[in-house]
Amino acid sequence: MSEALYAITLIWGIVFIYAVMATIDFGAGFWAMVYLNKKNTKATSIANRYLSPSWEVTNVFIVAIVVALFSFFPGATFTLGTVLLIPGSLIILFLAIRSAFLVFSHSANEQYKKFLTLVSGITGFLIPALLIAVLPITQGGFITPSDGAGRLDMIALFSSFNVYAFMGFAISSTLFLSSLLLADYSNVAGDSEAYEIYRRDAILVGPLSLAMAALIVLTIRFEANWLYENLLEFTPWLVGSIITFFIGYIALFIPRKNGKGIPRLAMVSVVIQYLLASYAYGSAHLPYIVYPDVTIETGFTNPATFRALIITYIVAFFILTPGFIYFWRLFLKDKRYLKQNES
Amino acid sequence: MDELVIARSLFGMTMGVHIIYATLGVGLPLMVLVAELMYQKTKDKDYAIMATRWTKGFAVLLGVAIPTGTIAGVQLSLLWPGFMEAVGRVIALPFQIEIYAFFLEALFMSIYVYAADRLSPLMRIVSVTLVAIGASASAILITNVHAFEGTPAGFDFIDGKFVNVDPWEAFFNPSFIVTAGHVTVSALMTGAFVIASIAAYKMIRLKGNSREYKFHHKALMMGLAIGGIFSLLTSLNGHESAQQLHAYQPEKLAAAEGLFETQTHAPLAIGGFTDKEEREVKWAIEIPWALSYLADDSFETEVLGLEEFPEDEWPPLFVHTLFNAMVGIGSLLILLSIAGFTWYRLLKKRSFPRWLMWAFIAAGPLAMTAIEFGWIFACTGRQPWVIYRVMKTEDAVTTSGNIGLLFVLFLIIYIILMISTVLVLRYYFKKNPVAQELDH
Ligand code: HDD
Ligand code: HEM
Ligand code: HEM
Repeated sequence: MSEALYAITLIWGIVFIYAVMATIDFGAGFWAMVYLNKKNTKATSIANRYLSPSWEVTNVFIVAIVVALFSFFPGATFTLGTVLLIPGSLIILFLAIRSAFLVFSHSANEQYKKFLTLVSGITGFLIPALLIAVLPITQGGFITPSDGAGRLDMIALFSSFNVYAFMGFAISSTLFLSSLLLADYSNVAGDSEAYEIYRRDAILVGPLSLAMAALIVLTIRFEANWLYENLLEFTPWLVGSIITFFIGYIALFIPRKNGKGIPRLAMVSVVIQYLLASYAYGSAHLPYIVYPDVTIETGFTNPATFRALIITYIVAFFILTPGFIYFWRLFLKDKRYLKQNES
Repeated sequence: MDELVIARSLFGMTMGVHIIYATLGVGLPLMVLVAELMYQKTKDKDYAIMATRWTKGFAVLLGVAIPTGTIAGVQLSLLWPGFMEAVGRVIALPFQIEIYAFFLEALFMSIYVYAADRLSPLMRIVSVTLVAIGASASAILITNVHAFEGTPAGFDFIDGKFVNVDPWEAFFNPSFIVTAGHVTVSALMTGAFVIASIAAYKMIRLKGNSREYKFHHKALMMGLAIGGIFSLLTSLNGHESAQQLHAYQPEKLAAAEGLFETQTHAPLAIGGFTDKEEREVKWAIEIPWALSYLADDSFETEVLGLEEFPEDEWPPLFVHTLFNAMVGIGSLLILLSIAGFTWYRLLKKRSFPRWLMWAFIAAGPLAMTAIEFGWIFACTGRQPWVIYRVMKTEDAVTTSGNIGLLFVLFLIIYIILMISTVLVLRYYFKKNPVAQELDH
């Protein structure tokens, strides 16, 4: 494997982790908003209990993506930075409102709490839709050449079916993954009522997300045929992805001692579903970072910088892993935390 | 207006907002740590209460520190793609390592806040120490990039290309250690004085000798002690920063001092305004020979004046005022902590006179002002370069246009964020007054 390929694989890995963590994070904010006014259910406090400690860690991943991109592929920075000025700024604006209001909502009085939860819930599902728009932009067709790095053609962007398919996919996946995780979370917490609510939500949005994924492939065929051709070579991965979706979906219906469904199995196989699909998409996208101008080879950094960066990754992996494990045990496994009465 | 000016204003505004929260993000964890340690040592419950209350405030501030920092990080690539391309090739390491520091801080911050009741005292102290280390490390690492902009190293720049790159040499560029030290100690000092300010403000509204008054008195003394120590370190290290300028960015030092003529036995100009037409500093108090001595420990030292440099490469001359204000505030705050301690320890007085209390209240905002002035001085004083003598700011700026609209949008968001921070903090601490916690 070439060094550039190692680097892009690493970035793909970070993007994947962020995608999963962020969809769950944003989705949890959304559900916390939806069930805020429902008395007699702890669905909101379950969502908040997941969200409170995790959003900060999740947020670091998005910074990690940006930094990894310009460190490993400085040659792509100029094009990406220029083209993404408007969408990127919108994303960080929404992100700022979302994070701040989420934190504020824990300390504000009841009246404002509703408003703050509302704002952070709504921005929480707009952000994934904007974030994912970066993908179709890199598939080519929306950048009009001008002096320097080119400009983003907003009109073309907003009249593209492919872009809307991606956005629909982002929103439905956000709701799907988060309801699955929260179903699992409330199951571990022994809250069968919240569990039923989130299980029902997952059953509702699951098929929608699959349909959106199919729509993406369909529209790519017309709008970025080069990618479609490449994608066909990864058909086995896509089929695997569909199979794992069904395993996960069926797992929600398997009867148990008390109630229905094995949420842990559903969660794990759906994450594998996304892993397989995003591997196929990512590989088909190569060697381009931004089609057709920037490839991983032309954008790649200096070998010396590459090696120094990899060393820091390895050292950091050993230093941070115990921290992540400790975090996991305190918030995702410890029944004392999950079962607390107030959020 | 031209796009470059708007881009600079937008980025400067982002940093100006982020730095307020970021500085407290570096300073407060140290205060929390000291309070935790004091509690373990004295078993005085007041210190435990301080630690939890400050942590609460810190958690709210992080709610803005993190998103504005995220904006800063993304905006660098969006507004200065030319600069970030260079950063990616040469000085990517600090950004990358900073990510790890962020992870460290984010993980243990959540652990310290949301798992506090399940942690042993030792794990609490370990967690808050790791938060403090993570925060200071992020400050040091981002300052590393800033230091690189002033004293670039570790590459050759030939025909517009960066070759012979040595990323570690770039990392340990000449001004890194001194600059990072200055940023860190000044942030720690500011965090401490902000605590002192709040405590003094509460005390002035209470009767002496109440339970609550004593609580705030302890917090005030802690703030003054730590603030005093770190303001001393800040000024000693600031002196070294100035010597660095003499060695590596002479036109910046000349602008800071309003020195036009190259000379030995150069005078130090305090106060006043630099007049570009008449080439002198008006209304200043001049201390003969002092600048030469400060620049390199000898009156014989020749200090370069602005006239040595082409006028289109001069930094803006108002930085003289910013520099003076920063140094002035630093010196004042050292005196203030000494005054506080003398009064309390040596004269054994139980309470402070009113004028001194008001001075304590001013300390936090003054320190924050010095931080802002220091940064504007350092970044604006580097103009017209974004990387000193390698890349001009105008060559790094984005070509995509529309920045004016973005400026307005970001301005609105920052106003909303700053106002709501104040409202949320006020609401929370009004609803949970210290008196209530002290009674438990
Ligand atoms: C509480 C804040 C504070 C205080 C009291 C001081 N400083 Fe400072 N100073 C900073 C906060 C700061 C800063 C915000 O942290 C800066 C901005 C950029 C940097 O590297 O640190 C800075 C920059 C800075 C620079 C420019 C470095 C550069 O451009 O690369 C110099 C020469 C000094 N300082 C010198 C001093 C001196 C001689 C002080 C005497 C008391 C002093 N500072 C007090
Ligand atoms: C955190 C406190 C900081 C503040 C308040 C601050 C302030 C400013 C201001 C006011 C400007 C506009 C200068 C001008 O155009 O006249 C600016 C520019 C800039 N600063 Fe800083 N800065 C800070 C930290 C940093 C750091 C740590 C870096 C390094 C990563 C940095 C990099 C830049 C860059 C790249 C520019 C744009 C190009 C330029 O004008 O030189 N700044 N900053
Ligand atoms: C010297 C000036 C600066 C100081 C002292 C400082 C310090 C901090 C601190 C303490 C935090 C909170 C960290 C956390 O809890 O995770 C933070 C967040 C952040 N800062 Fe700054 N910062 C400075 C300048 C900058 C600049 C110039 C950038 C842009 C390149 C930047 C990028 C960020 C980012 C991306 C975050 C968010 C990290 C996250 O997602 O958790 N900072 N900064």
